[in-house]
Amino acid sequence: MRFAFTEEQIALRDGFRQALLRACPPEAVRAAWDGTPGPHWTTLAELGALGALLPEEVGGLSLGLLDAVQLFEAAGEVAVPIPLVDAAAVAGPLLVAGGEFDLARALAEGSIRFAATRTERIAYGAAGTVAVRLMGGCASVLRIEDEPDLEDVVDQGRPIARLDWSAAKDLDVSAAEVFGAADRGAVATSAVLVGLGKRLLDMTVEYVKLRQQFGKPIGAFQAVQHQIVDALVNIEFAKPLVYRAAHSLDHRHPEASIHASMAKAMASDAAYGAAKAALQCHGAMGYSFEYDLHLWMKRVWALGRAWGDAHEHRARVADHLNLPKGV
Amino acid sequence: MDLNWTPEEQAFRAEVRGWLEANVPPEPLPSGDTAKGFALHVEWEKKLHSARLSVVSWPEAYGGRGASLMEWLIFEEEYYRAGAPNRVSQNGIFLLAPTLFEYGTDAQKASILPKMAAADELWAQAWSEPGAGSDLAGVAAKARRVDGGWRLSGQKTWCTRASFCTHAFGLFRSDPESKRHRGLTYFMVPLETEGVTVRGFGRLDGDEGFAELFFDDAFVPDDAVIGEVDQGWRVAMTTASSERGLTLRSPGRFLATADRLAELHRMRGDARPSGLRDRVAQAHIEAEAYRMATFGVATKIADGTALGAESSLNKLFWSEMDVRTHEVAMDLLGEDALLENDWTKGFQFALAGPIYAGTNEIQRNVVARRVLGLPRSG
Repeated sequence: MRFAFTEEQIALRDGFRQALLRACPPEAVRAAWDGTPGPHWTTLAELGALGALLPEEVGGLSLGLLDAVQLFEAAGEVAVPIPLVDAAAVAGPLLVAGGEFDLARALAEGSIRFAATRTERIAYGAAGTVAVRLMGGCASVLRIEDEPDLEDVVDQGRPIARLDWSAAKDLDVSAAEVFGAADRGAVATSAVLVGLGKRLLDMTVEYVKLRQQFGKPIGAFQAVQHQIVDALVNIEFAKPLVYRAAHSLDHRHPEASIHASMAKAMASDAAYGAAKAALQCHGAMGYSFEYDLHLWMKRVWALGRAWGDAHEHRARVADHLNLPKGV
Repeated sequence: MDLNWTPEEQAFRAEVRGWLEANVPPEPLPSGDTAKGFALHVEWEKKLHSARLSVVSWPEAYGGRGASLMEWLIFEEEYYRAGAPNRVSQNGIFLLAPTLFEYGTDAQKASILPKMAAADELWAQAWSEPGAGSDLAGVAAKARRVDGGWRLSGQKTWCTRASFCTHAFGLFRSDPESKRHRGLTYFMVPLETEGVTVRGFGRLDGDEGFAELFFDDAFVPDDAVIGEVDQGWRVAMTTASSERGLTLRSPGRFLATADRLAELHRMRGDARPSGLRDRVAQAHIEAEAYRMATFGVATKIADGTALGAESSLNKLFWSEMDVRTHEVAMDLLGEDALLENDWTKGFQFALAGPIYAGTNEIQRNVVARRVLGLPRSG
């Protein structure tokens, strides 16, 4: 039993994280709100993130989810405004499984944008995007021809389009591959949530050290300190479940799917709690549109519900435990 | 990352499981926090010791078997899985022993540890005073230098099981001019010493698990001191967060509770409101989170990284998780939560978790300052 990342995994994460912090500053997250599509697809393709889980034959890095899980965490830290999880962890591996190697190669090199979903809606769709839909044990692919109609959304840095799927083409994949892809989506999203939550708390710690009231930094008040600590505890204890789930999916552990659900339930709630504490400790400053906090908070709200919310995943754990339904 | 158990770890687990299956009393013992129950628990400790399972991670010379931290975690998982009796030796083996391993002389270790491992001597913690709980540096009990040793005076309280134990350890102010953290010395005292009075009192769960200790010029020899004179605070603090101590409470205990909770829900959940199902699942998830986090900490320690303030994060998580888990059980029990049973006992015990071993408010202060770098509060 050894529960730690290798030096290589840590080095990979550190390099990726530094590059992302430079390439995706808060201004870039804010720019996405104005509909400015940043150069993030290209950047993430160049950094290898889009093809991280894909085989080398299609231009990927052939990494396992455990190798890549901290890359998703770093992407969460910067609130990267592209559907990295949907493309890299869900669509890409399914396309490879379905023999769509040209599409997979285009994904890895960033020449086509991808989306993936379990509903009729996708995040970040535009004309030219290739969307993959998971339904039960099946999957289908749809190339979006015209600019889709966008929904009014809370997180405008993550636009949502409802698509007409009638022209979608079935992917030749097994049910196990589809369920596995959804589990990977849940785990990678959990990692993004942990990163988002951590960054929200970092912002908050910085702010409460500077903000003075009653003649001292508000970070000296226990009422403020303890909220941040409680949020941190939940983030720190979500992490090991996320890493374990990534390991289990890589090794086809018989309970990998349940491990994925545990991770997503815990990470969704932990990130939500971090966002809530961050807002409260920032006071009216955090409530201001011009301040960046809400960009991260709204991403937490959105991703907390992506690939299954905490309740759905707890229900899966409850099913696994054979718990009766109750009255 | 390798989440498989090594062949050695598997063999160790099999041995422990086999022994526990053959030896754990079929009926739970009466509470170890009562006079009668304590005696039975001591018998159990002796039995564990005879199988060299009472202190598996200690060196063989002191009665252990030099097990790794991972093996200790395996032992704990199996121990709680088997529903084995609570460890009445725990304040000795988990709190005093790590202190002795770090600061004790060879003579102290040789004379104290084997008897502790064999449950021939049972140790109580005597840290709190009526005026010094969370603010432990407010210790007022005194130690006065005399020929060949020290005279102790003052009062300690909320000492768990001290009515039944043979010995106690605690901090005394050895420098009368000193303030706060300075001038304290860490002492070990046999409770039969002349001038020591033990008065037991009840806890809210009804057991006589607490005692207060009165010291009236009680004499202890020089070798009752652990570490250097006047350096007791440092001795107490560096081991208060000992990896095998209460801040790294073994996950086995909480996994067993989560499993029992799922079993309770399978028996009763059909007739109870559906929302409880979600909370039972959450309790299970949290116990798993704690288990995986502990494997992470154990790996760090095995790699030689010293534990820092993460021990405070751990304590916050397990103690509040334990309360939440028992609260779900109380809600599942409904009106049966009015009755004395293992769950209601466990619930009341869980409520002590956020209080003992440094209240959770103190732990939050520690995390705020040392992990987050926030200014000192107040």
